[in-house]
Amino acid sequence: MTAVRTEAPVSAAPRRLPGAGRLKVTDPVVGVWLAAAAVTLIGWIVVTIDGGQFMTQSNFTGILQNSVALGLVAVGQSAVILTGSLDLSVAYLISLGTLVAAETMEGGSVVTAVLAVLALSAAVGLANGLIVTGLKVNAFIATLGMAFILRGYIEDNYTGPAGDVPASFQRLGYDRVGFIPVSVFLLIAVAAVLWLITKRTRLGHHMYATGGDEHAARLSGVRTRRTVIYAHVLCALCVGAAALFLASRLGAGAPWAGTEARYDLDSIAAVVLGGTALAGGRGGVAGTLGGVLLLSVLDSIFNQLSVDPFFKNVVRGVVIIAAVALYARPFRRRAKERDEARAKEKGAVA
Amino acid sequence: MLTMQDVSKSFLGVRVLHGVSLDLEPGEVHALVGENGAGKSTLMKVLAGEYAPDEGTITLDGTVHAFSHPVQAQAAGIGLIHQEFALLPHRTVAENVFLGREPVRRGFVDRRAMERRTAELLAELDETGIAPHTLVKDLSVARQQTVEIVKALAASDVRVLVMDEPTAPLADHEVELLYALIRRLAARGIGILYISHRLREVFDLSRRITVLKDGRKVATLTTAETTADDVVRAMVGRELGSYYPPRADPAEIGEPLLTTAGAGNERLAGIDLTLRAGEVTGVAGLQGSGRTSLVRALFGAAPFTRGSMTVAGRPLRPAGPRQAIRGGVALVTEDRKGEGLALRQSVRDNALLVTRAVHGAGGQAGGVDGLLERVNLRSRGHDQEVQYLSGGNQQKVVIAKWLAAGPRVLLFDEPTRGVDVGAKAAIHTLVRELARDGMAVLIVSSELPELIGMSDRIVVMADGTFAGELPAGAGEEDIMRLATASDATPEGSAA
Repeated sequence: MTAVRTEAPVSAAPRRLPGAGRLKVTDPVVGVWLAAAAVTLIGWIVVTIDGGQFMTQSNFTGILQNSVALGLVAVGQSAVILTGSLDLSVAYLISLGTLVAAETMEGGSVVTAVLAVLALSAAVGLANGLIVTGLKVNAFIATLGMAFILRGYIEDNYTGPAGDVPASFQRLGYDRVGFIPVSVFLLIAVAAVLWLITKRTRLGHHMYATGGDEHAARLSGVRTRRTVIYAHVLCALCVGAAALFLASRLGAGAPWAGTEARYDLDSIAAVVLGGTALAGGRGGVAGTLGGVLLLSVLDSIFNQLSVDPFFKNVVRGVVIIAAVALYARPFRRRAKERDEARAKEKGAVA
Repeated sequence: MLTMQDVSKSFLGVRVLHGVSLDLEPGEVHALVGENGAGKSTLMKVLAGEYAPDEGTITLDGTVHAFSHPVQAQAAGIGLIHQEFALLPHRTVAENVFLGREPVRRGFVDRRAMERRTAELLAELDETGIAPHTLVKDLSVARQQTVEIVKALAASDVRVLVMDEPTAPLADHEVELLYALIRRLAARGIGILYISHRLREVFDLSRRITVLKDGRKVATLTTAETTADDVVRAMVGRELGSYYPPRADPAEIGEPLLTTAGAGNERLAGIDLTLRAGEVTGVAGLQGSGRTSLVRALFGAAPFTRGSMTVAGRPLRPAGPRQAIRGGVALVTEDRKGEGLALRQSVRDNALLVTRAVHGAGGQAGGVDGLLERVNLRSRGHDQEVQYLSGGNQQKVVIAKWLAAGPRVLLFDEPTRGVDVGAKAAIHTLVRELARDGMAVLIVSSELPELIGMSDRIVVMADGTFAGELPAGAGEEDIMRLATASDATPEGSAA
């Protein structure tokens, strides 16, 4: 859980251990990891009572494996949401990414394919960013439009799976180190890079500032447009990584690779579960990973219990709403305090 | 040190500044006053690089500047403290101070350097109570303002600091601290341009006063050689004569419209109040004395939990605003923009807010036109969005909104806050007319002259209860004596 305490300040005085004495349950980042742990525990008990086995290596492997694609997308989505934007085109970008990957690998090398997918992603991210900042189209609409464009292209050119992924590249999707899938390391690496960028670089500081208050950021000299564009490109690159991973799992490209699992809305749900404010400016990658894990564990429990898929979605919905309602609570209290403080302040005789 | 020469600026063909000139010496506090819309903020935004002037020059320490972006002005040594802070509440003090200029070491932001430098800057200003790693949202408003100032100081070698209504968000005891801070900054040779509506502050702090009116400079006065009356005359361009309309005749005061007996809640106790038709009752009190709690309780926003209350003869202890409104109680809150108006809606829609909410969507649009005339609204038509109206006209829309519901009791919380001098008089007259029409009026105001000038009697609060009552014409000293008679200490000082 060391990755969680990202907000720990480093003071000028003797360097405090990151997060020492600052772990608060009310911090969404801590909360979501605790919730993931709690859900795991509950799942263990329920599945055991149900006569199944939860704490098995294969089950853990499955949970991790299932976290990778959503994790990669959600980590990218965190970057745009932090910056105050949003990306609804991720699902179709994944689909197109798997198709481009598999088709390029069929005729050329793996390296070319990886570069092609990342170039495609960067281009789509750049386009999203330019539309949002340059044409000043609301991110919701801009990226929804991009989603339609990608969808149109895919549906016009593909009717089913295409291309072929060589066995060598499929190892990304299937190999393990011990019981940990190698793809998990890909997720960890991508998440670590995004964490470093958001927390430790100027770009990251400017992303938080732009998402927190774009006007204030601009008046402070932050190039807010450029920051939003970078965030979109970062997000799209993460999505590209997800597409490559899914291509290696599927062994081919598929027009439904990104849409069937609803990576667009699920990634936003994971980000929000992880405590990132949908309006931007607050939260981070660490919480998002917790959100992804929580959703995966839930899925795994439902699968073990063979729960009706409709009910599954009902529970997911309840969890997401409950989480966001919980995060909102301290703010509501603060708003009340502010009201009262204001009421007090204005009592003065001039 | 700083000279602005013949600065003009137009927006959409409307000239907002007509060749205004201004100069500033090192270490001088130079006040800029004028009614709303006089061009103060525009002039300062030109100086800070937020607007490019159409004509005119800005010269700082002998160099002529033409700023096209705030960052250029900052780099040249001009800092602007906005009325609304440009801080990120969820980021730390240090992150805010160095926003856009984060020190970088080996590709990564050097937090330690950032926090060390922030601590140094804070220490230079003797502001040792603020830790660089605190989140801004956890600081009091006054300290957030200090952070804003430190941020400006960190940006460059600041020569000129522009402060736009810096005391507006502050509590009384915090104002003194700000004064001290401003004097320390001036002592360091920084020239301060100080915009304020409050003449008392202007006379407390400034060496010179420049008065703007309708985008033109009226005069630059030396503070020591002028009086508040001179300044007001220059601002308004006419003598204000008597500020306040005549009080009510005893014969005009009618039956009680609102009474409470032994009313209280967690903040109030033993409230025995009678508001009569035709009478304006003023409520005075120190900080934390419960004045705002009182109007909020009468309006049901923070209801009474004990005692009884009647409105127009019927028992009514409102549990929420809707009940109060239906009973005939209206509250004009202090926070006009936040609580009084839907800023992006039209004048007409705003005027219909209450009737639509309480009496259904029925088309009283015709009646509204009459009401807007009644309050003497000046707008470019009733389809204009209220956000574009001046503070005074916005307040008139709020009053019209309530009149549409036909209230018997009108509660005003700071009725003229953020309203310029000319419009103030109009609102005072309107309030008096409404009382004369048979409504019972209660006014809470932190401006004692206003309270004394407007009220037929003044109730003084202390410690959440009534400390006494004074007849019309009571002096400021009488009020202060009652307000401070108990050992109540201002609660706000804990903030």
